[in-house]
Parts: sequence; structure tokens; C-alpha cells
Amino acid sequence: MSSTALGDGTGAPGAAPAPGRESIDAWRGVASEEVDDLPQRASLFLRERSRRLLGTLLTPHRRSLWLLAALVLAENLARLASPYLVKVGIDRGIPPVLHGRGAGTLVATSLAVLGVALTQAGARRWFFGLSGRIGQDMLLDLRRRVFDHFQRLSLAFHERYTSGRVISRLTSDIEAIATLLEDGVDSLASAVLLVVGTGVFMLILDWRLALVTLASFPVLVWLTAWFRRQTAVAYRRTREAVALVIVHFVDSMRGIRAVQAYRREPRNQEIFDEVNNRYRRANERSFKLVAVYGPGIKLIGNVMTGVVLLYGGYLVLHHQMTVGVLTAFLLYLSQFFDPMQDISQFYNQFQSASAALEKLSGVLEEVPSVPPPQAPVPLPAPRGEIRFEGVSFGYRDRLVLPHLDLWVPAGQTVALVGATGAGKTTLARLLARFYDPTAGRVTLDGVDLRDLAEDTLRSAVVMVTQETYVFSGTVADNIGFGRPSASRPEIVAAARATGAHSFITSLPQGYDSDVGKEGGRLSAGQRQLLAFTRAFLADPAVLVLDEATSSLDVPTERLVQRALRTVLARRTALIIAHRLTTVEIADRVLVMEAGRIVEDGPPARLRSAQGRYASLHNAWLTSLG
Amino acid sequence: MRHEAPRALRSLWRTRSYVTPYRGQMVVMAGAAAAGVAAATAVPLVAKDVVNGPLVHGLGGLLIPLSLLAVALGLADAGLSFVRRWIQADAVLGIETAIRSDLYAHLQRLPASFHDSWQSGQLLSRATVDLSTIRRFLGFGLIFLLVNSLQVAAVIGLLMHLDLLLGVAVAAAVVPVVYLSARFERAYIKVSRQVQDQQGDLTTVVEESAGGIRVIKAFGRRRLMAARFDRGARALYATSMEKVRLTAGFWAVLELIPNLVLVVIVLFGALAVGHHTLTLGGLVAFVTLLIQLEWPVEALGYIIASGQEAMTAADRIYEVLDTEPEIVGGHRRLARVEGRIRFEGVSFRYPGAETEALSDVWLDIDPGETVALVGATGSGKTTLCALVPRLYDVSAGRVTLDGVDVRELDLRCLRSAVATAFEDPTLFSASAAENLTLGAPGASEEQVAEALVVAEAGFVHDLPWGLATRIGEQGLTLSGGQRQRLALARAVISHPRVLVLDDTLSALDVHTEAKVEEALRRVLAGTTGIIVAHRPSTIALADRVAFLQEGTITHTGTHAELMAGVPAYRAILSQEADDDQDLAEEAS
Repeated sequence: MSSTALGDGTGAPGAAPAPGRESIDAWRGVASEEVDDLPQRASLFLRERSRRLLGTLLTPHRRSLWLLAALVLAENLARLASPYLVKVGIDRGIPPVLHGRGAGTLVATSLAVLGVALTQAGARRWFFGLSGRIGQDMLLDLRRRVFDHFQRLSLAFHERYTSGRVISRLTSDIEAIATLLEDGVDSLASAVLLVVGTGVFMLILDWRLALVTLASFPVLVWLTAWFRRQTAVAYRRTREAVALVIVHFVDSMRGIRAVQAYRREPRNQEIFDEVNNRYRRANERSFKLVAVYGPGIKLIGNVMTGVVLLYGGYLVLHHQMTVGVLTAFLLYLSQFFDPMQDISQFYNQFQSASAALEKLSGVLEEVPSVPPPQAPVPLPAPRGEIRFEGVSFGYRDRLVLPHLDLWVPAGQTVALVGATGAGKTTLARLLARFYDPTAGRVTLDGVDLRDLAEDTLRSAVVMVTQETYVFSGTVADNIGFGRPSASRPEIVAAARATGAHSFITSLPQGYDSDVGKEGGRLSAGQRQLLAFTRAFLADPAVLVLDEATSSLDVPTERLVQRALRTVLARRTALIIAHRLTTVEIADRVLVMEAGRIVEDGPPARLRSAQGRYASLHNAWLTSLG
Repeated sequence: MRHEAPRALRSLWRTRSYVTPYRGQMVVMAGAAAAGVAAATAVPLVAKDVVNGPLVHGLGGLLIPLSLLAVALGLADAGLSFVRRWIQADAVLGIETAIRSDLYAHLQRLPASFHDSWQSGQLLSRATVDLSTIRRFLGFGLIFLLVNSLQVAAVIGLLMHLDLLLGVAVAAAVVPVVYLSARFERAYIKVSRQVQDQQGDLTTVVEESAGGIRVIKAFGRRRLMAARFDRGARALYATSMEKVRLTAGFWAVLELIPNLVLVVIVLFGALAVGHHTLTLGGLVAFVTLLIQLEWPVEALGYIIASGQEAMTAADRIYEVLDTEPEIVGGHRRLARVEGRIRFEGVSFRYPGAETEALSDVWLDIDPGETVALVGATGSGKTTLCALVPRLYDVSAGRVTLDGVDVRELDLRCLRSAVATAFEDPTLFSASAAENLTLGAPGASEEQVAEALVVAEAGFVHDLPWGLATRIGEQGLTLSGGQRQRLALARAVISHPRVLVLDDTLSALDVHTEAKVEEALRRVLAGTTGIIVAHRPSTIALADRVAFLQEGTITHTGTHAELMAGVPAYRAILSQEADDDQDLAEEAS
């Protein structure tokens, strides 16, 4: 696979294909670094943060944890005891039988081995059950906490953080922790205990032989440290590589129409083969590290077996040790070296789980920039009077609204007109309290929006945006999202009012049709109609429509407008629309420019004046042909 | 489940064509594994000889050579294990990569109707999870199925040789362990699947909570979403606990059985030594060999289950690979495309749909002519557009390009003649340039610049890294209007003979739309055009209008003719103006 083939194919004009590695990636383009990767190079502060999170997750289980520790200890003691008992059986049990003095000791030893075996199995079962339950409790707790926190965080956060990262926090990161909890913790704890315990037992059995065995420890430590370092890098590379494979794969499948219509297949295959091969290479590296490490541990263990045989044999020959001790030693050796491989295997899991915990604790530390009020003001029957008082607002470094004063009496329908970037959407979003103003205040019926409880505000003010999101489930479910308590007749009535009823009834299962993933078979217009019906059903005092009808065809839009006229008669509305048909139903038009209101008045009056609105209207009339 | 096994087994067997290139490596891996096991098994025998010879009978001179032999065997064991794993990295990853590449290639050939019925996540899990399952089986399961069976047989043979009765006792214990392991793995896989499904459901809630955050915020439905999530998380919790219980019980029993065997061996083995039917060294060897059996026996259960899993995975992959692409290109190529499009009695029905989306559509578009498709939502405009580049095939009738049925044309030839800008502009997670030149990889700088001008998509130059900026899901988010303009630029960049615009201007504001239309007028002058239009200004781009009602073209003619003669058409387009006139009068 030549890199030049990929580099050439981009045909990126202006961006001269850089030589070497970069040209391979030219098709991907440039994007800002993900902030997520930082925890990999975690500073002390970050570690502290996730330790705290772990602490709060573990607190409810403090008692169980002690029990767990006792169980793991009991289990491993039992496990360590059996080779010792075998030794006792051989050394003390056999001679009496040989000398015809009965098998009493032997039977007793065997019974002891049986008891130990039962203890081990019982402790293991209990341990598994208990640690599993604790782990699952923690996961449930963590899932709920993170989900709830994300939902509390303001829109500004979500726009910065992007939905993809929200999803990976709540899926792959939690699963990384789950994996560790499910099979990592147990193996890790057992392995450590077993290695330490085995070491101790060996020392007790015969300190000389034990010291010889333990002499291999530095080599083991060195090999493990090397492996850990290498595997950390390889693991990360594999994750990156597989992410690229997945992104390209999913992108191609979702956009298959464009792929086929534009004969993109060969180029796609070229890119896919490249990322696929890169994934292969990354994987190969990980595999080969294991191929060195695993046999390496084995090698040390096997050499030690030979050494123990030699030295142990020597000691037995000179009657300084018994055959039973030697046998027990050989048994312990395998218990000593095998868990080492386990530890290294779980190192990856441990690493990704701790990275995940870092990211999650980071999310949980985010403070909602649109905080709930300390003392919420009740608003039993909102009328819908809106006031912007000296409001200014900007996104990071860009000031969008310098200083805005606006009074909208209850029941008025206001249309916002202006070029892209004039601040229309910002104004709408401030009204829906997706953001808080940097200065000044926005009030509803004289109450600052910041003093209204979330539920109060949301039942009074509803905003419908251009990008319509359709949830999985039925059409009725989706409309019902506007008012979950609504009955089927109410839902149908709302759909009739907005004109959605006719297309819904033409669907195979009518209101019970499954809209599929993200609105599968609904057209853009139908989705918008659904979103609009949803808002209609919510029946708020203030309705904010941001380009909510742009994808409708003309007859449908007309239906919506008719519905609007009746609907809006009783309530306050703020409408942003490119199409002037929608604007014309307003009581009042505001023309915005660079964050300021430059024209304000009823549409008819503005039309006849020689201002911006008049020229816009003329342009629109021409477009009607 | 049971009766599916032969087919699943056949599917797994079919993967052998991918294994063939690595035949040699697979043989070496199996050989190394077998030799390694033999070396490892020999060590306890050496230990036996050490105990029996030098220690019991005081033959000190044999101690050093025997110990060295043990070390040599240990070295061989480790070395062979290294060789096996090292080769495995190359072979099985090569197999996995090759299958994945073929799967992807095949999926790209399958038509839109296939992709309509398959979620991309389903396809992705075949390309990732299922493939790793197969890889694990080929690299590990298959080889150790052979080696472990051999090893267990060999060790039991040895044990029987050492002491027949004790050997039989051990052999008897192997059966329940293998049986239990296989049964456990089956149950475990089932629960794991259920956990996976529930995780999938939970992921859907998460995706919706993230994607629909604006709607959730707008309606204040935080608690509703939290309740949904909670329901999913609890279901997952319950199943996970079931999994925990299953595992806990199994592992406990699995550890118990070998220990019970150990009890028997210690008791009866020692007795046998006492009665001189077994040597002391024999007992040591016996116990050590017994310990060695633990893993291969446990693993056999795991391997059997992993084999079953691999079969299912192979079956799932071949389910896709065996789907014949319904839309394959013909052999005819057009030397020069004029651009005459004819729909001749075209009907179309979506797979599984009860009614026809299009029925008996007749339309003749001359080269260079532009026709506007007008009709209410759901009248079949988008479907009609998709038939020209053969994203779908007609159910009846035919579509022709320059008099040739599109089904007879070479697909590349057809699709390079026809460019489509879709209603929903798909952007890929790649640079803006890559997205623009989707259908024209060799486009020159001038062509790109020109297309950007036509589509009023100059904003691309202002992106942080200009044309190199990554857009799409993994990159910069563009507004609906920006995406539409990019999609339009993508369509016009290669100067196609036939341009299909499916409501490509809906998200543009009036000013931009006017500019785009002006530029399009020039582009369309020498191009056959099919334009889905909602507004008179867009219709003005067309020479003729085709009016679609419920899946069929009821009228064609100029805009003026239809306005004059077709009340339904007028209702769709003009009354709006009247309405507004009324409104305006009311207002003033």
C-alpha cells in the first residue's frame, strides 16, 4: 500500500501534499486536538480527582469490602495450603504405611486437603458473588450519576463537548471500568496475594531453596516493567487505529447513497485498506509484545524449575531436605509464575479503566453554566410578557449582542429577520435560557429567568429549532415528548392542528409507526412537522420557533401557518424564518443587524418604509417569480 | 439453535479460503504448540527420575544431567511458545484483515435498499466483534483444540501407565469438567449476548440524550430521559447480576473438582507407595502431572464454546457476504453522453412496503433540458431522483439514458454521467477538500474554486484550516445551509451531463438562495437537470415542470401553463402568494 496513492487522490488544491506520514492522512483533514487525551499524561491533580470519585463510589460498600478482603485471604490461604498438605502426606503419611502402622495420618491429611478444597471453593463462590454485586452497584451508581450530570449541564457545554464524546463517556468509558470490575479486580487481587503468599510459604518450607527462587525476582520485575511500558504505547496505538477503522466504516455505511452515486467505492476501499492495515500493524505490535513477555515469564519459571530440581535434589541427597518439601516446592513454583502473566494481561484493562475514570471524574466536576435557582419563584399562570433589559452576550471572544433592550407584551407574535450571524438565534436562545446573558437580564412576566425553576420555565417557554431530532419509538411517542401526560386523542388533535395528521395516517401503522433510528424513513419536512406538533402539544405561554418550518413544502407550511395563526393568537411567539410568508403573519417584525435591532414595527409598515425589510421583501417577491 | 449448527459449522469451514495463504504458518503453530506441550509434560517425568534415581537410590551422579535436561526442556517449552505466538501475530491478524477488507468491499457493492434495512451498528459489529471472535478461534481455539486433546490424552495415558487405577480415576474426573465448562460457556455466551443487547438499548438512550439535547432542554424533559436511562440501566444490572451468579457458581465448582481429585490421589497414591505398587518418584510425578492437566481440561470447555461462538460469528459474516448485490452494472458504455433521460412506465415499491411509491411514471427529458419536479411531501420526488443513478432499481418499466436502459450501462459510466445532490447532505469525517471531490478525485484547483463559487460555498476558505479542515461527525460542525452548499458544490464540480438536485436549497436564506440560483442557471444551461422544487424561484430554473401526485406524474408543462391549467398545482404554489396578499391587506 503506497502512501503516495493516498496522498495524490485527495487532489486537495491549495494544500500541497506534505511528504511522508502526513500525506497518508491528508484525506482526514485537520481538526483540533481532542482534550480527552490529556488524562493519559495525568497530573497529580487529576489522579486525586478520580480517587475522590472512586472513594464516593466505594463508601456505601465499606463493610462488604472488609468481608471481601477476608474472603480473598481465606481462599488464597486454602489454595496455598494444599501443596503443603501434599508434602505432609508424603513425608509423614507414607512412612507409617510403609512400616505397617496404619494409614491414620494419611487419611487425616487427605481429609484436611478435602476441607481445604471445600473452603477454597466456598470462599471463591462467595467472593465472586459479593465482588460482582459491589461492582454492579458501583456501575449503576456511576452510570446514573454521569447521565444525570450530563443532562444538567448547559447547552453551551454540550456544544463544546460534542455529542460523540458524551456518548463515549457513557458507553465505552463505563464499559472499560465494567470490564475491569468484572474480571480484572478478582484476578488482580488473587494474583498478587498468590505471588506474595507463595513466596512466604516457600520461605517457610525451605529458606535456601526459596532464596534461590526469589533471586529470579529482579529479572521478573525488569521484564514486567519493560512490558508495561511498551504495552501502554502499543495499546494506545491500537485504540487509535481501531477508532479510525470504525469511523471510516460507519461513515461509509451511513453515507452509502453518496458513496455509490459518486463512485467513491475504489477510493473508499483504498482508505479502508490503509486504516485496516494500520490497525493490523498496531495489533501485531501488541501481539508480539505478549509473544515476548509470556514465554519470557515461562522461561524464567522453567529455568527455576531446573534450578530447584538441581539444588533441591542436592539438599535431599545430603539429607538436608525431604522429598515432600521438594514436591511442594515444584507445585508452588507453578503457582508463583502463572499469576504473573495474569497481572500483565490485566494491566491494559487497568490502564484503560483508570483513564476512563479520569475522564468521568472530569465530567462530574463540570459546573452547569446555567445553574438552577437557589430560591425558585413560582409562576402559576404565565402570561408571556417578555423583557430584555440591557442584555449583552458573547460566545467566548465574540460579542454577539452588545446591549439589547426589548419589550414584548403578552400575546404578541414577533418575527426576527436579519442576515446570518445578526444575533437572531442568540436572542432566541437567551429567551429559552439555553444560555444566560453576560450582563443585563431576561424576564418572563417580570421574573428573571434565572429565578425560575427548570420545570416552571420549560412549561412556559418552548423552543423549536431547525434541526429536528426524532427519538426512537413511535410517532405518537415522539409527539408525546412535548407533554408526556397527553392522551392519544390530544396527540391526534395536535397533529390535526399542525397538518401532520394526514402524513401520519398514511404511514403503515399510523401513530404507532416506529420512526426508526433518527427518523429513518421520515423526510426532512415530515420530521419538522413532527417537531412542530410536539411543541404545539406542549402548549406553552411562549413559543420560540427558530427556522422551524424551513424544510416544509409549501402546502404544509401553509397549514402550519394557519395553525400558527390560531395557536399564536393566545400566546407570545418569537419566530425566526428565512421565508417571509412566515414572517408576514407576525404582529411585529424586528430586523436585526450585528446584534442590534435596526427596524421594529408591523410588517405592513416596514414594507412601505424604504428600509432593510422593504428590500428583503422585494427580493422575496421577485423570487416568487 | 441446534438445527442451525451444521450451517454455522459450514460457515466457519468456509473461512478456510482465508486461512490457505497462511497454511504453512498454521502448521508451524500447531507443531510448535504440540512440541511445547510435550516438553512441558516431560518436565515432571524428569522430576520423577530425579526423585527415583539420585534421591531415593542415592545415584548422585545423575542429578546434574537430569536437572540440565529439565532446564533444556523448559527452554524448549518457552522457545516454542514464543515461536507460536510470534507467527500467530502475523497469520491470524492477516486473516482478520483480509476478511474485513472483503466485507467492506462487499458492503460497498450492496445497494441502498440493503443498507436501508441494516443499521450501520449491526454491520460494524460484524466487522469488529465477530471478526475478533473468529480470529481468536483460529489463532488459539483451533490450535489448542488439537493440542489440548492430545495433551489430555497423553497425560492420562502416562498417568495410567504410572498407576492404572489412579489414572482411570483422573480420566473419570476429566469428563465432568469438560462437560461443565462447555455447558457453562454456552450459558455464559447467552447471558453475555443479552448483556450486549441491553447495553445496545442503553446506548440508544445515551445517543438520543446527547443528540436530542436541544429538544430535551427545550421541553425540560431531563427527568423523562433519566427515567428511560434508569430503566435500561436497571435491566442491564439485573442481567449482569445473573452473569455474576453464573460465573461464581461455575468457577467454584471448577476449582473444586481438581482438588477433589488431588485428595483421592494423595490418599490412594500414598497408600499405593506404602504397598509398593507405586514408587515415591511416581507419586511426585503423578501430582505434578495432575496439576498440569488442570489448565488444558478447563481450556477444553472454553475452546468448545469459543468454537461455537466462532461458528455463529462466521455465519453472521457470511449472511452479509452471501447477499448478492441486486444492482450490478451492465456492460454497455456510452462513448459520449448526450443526457437524454426517459422514464418509461416506471413503478417502484420499497422492499416490504405495501403500496407503490411510484406508479407508471412517464417523463422524457431532452439533453440540456431542465425539469422541475413539483409535488407535495411524500409524492415520490426523492424516490424518482434516486432511480436515475440506480441507487434503487425500478420495480417495473425502465429508465433510459440516451435510449439505453440504465440497467444495461456500466455503473461507473452511468454514475459519472449523473451527479446527485441529496436532500440530506451526507458529509464524511474527512477534509472539506475530500468531501468536495468525492466524485472527482482528480479535480483541479480551478474546478474546486469554480464549484465553490457556484454553490456560494466560499465559507470553506474561512474554516480554520481552509479546505484541509476536517468536517463531518469527527470534525467541525457545519450548519444545515453550509452542508447543503457543500453538497451542491460536490455535485457540480465534475460538470456532469445530468444533474439531479433533490431539494438542495431548502436550508438557504433568501439572499444566498438567489445567488446560488443565478449561478446554477449558468451551470444548467448545457446540462440535463432534474430539480426537486418547492418555490417558484427554483422552478424558474427549469424549462419545464413535472407535477407529481401520489407517485405519478399527472401533468407536465411550463410553470405558466400549469399555473393556468392545473388547480392542484396552483394550490401548491400560488395560493401562498394570494394568502399573503390577503394577510397583507388584513395587516394594513
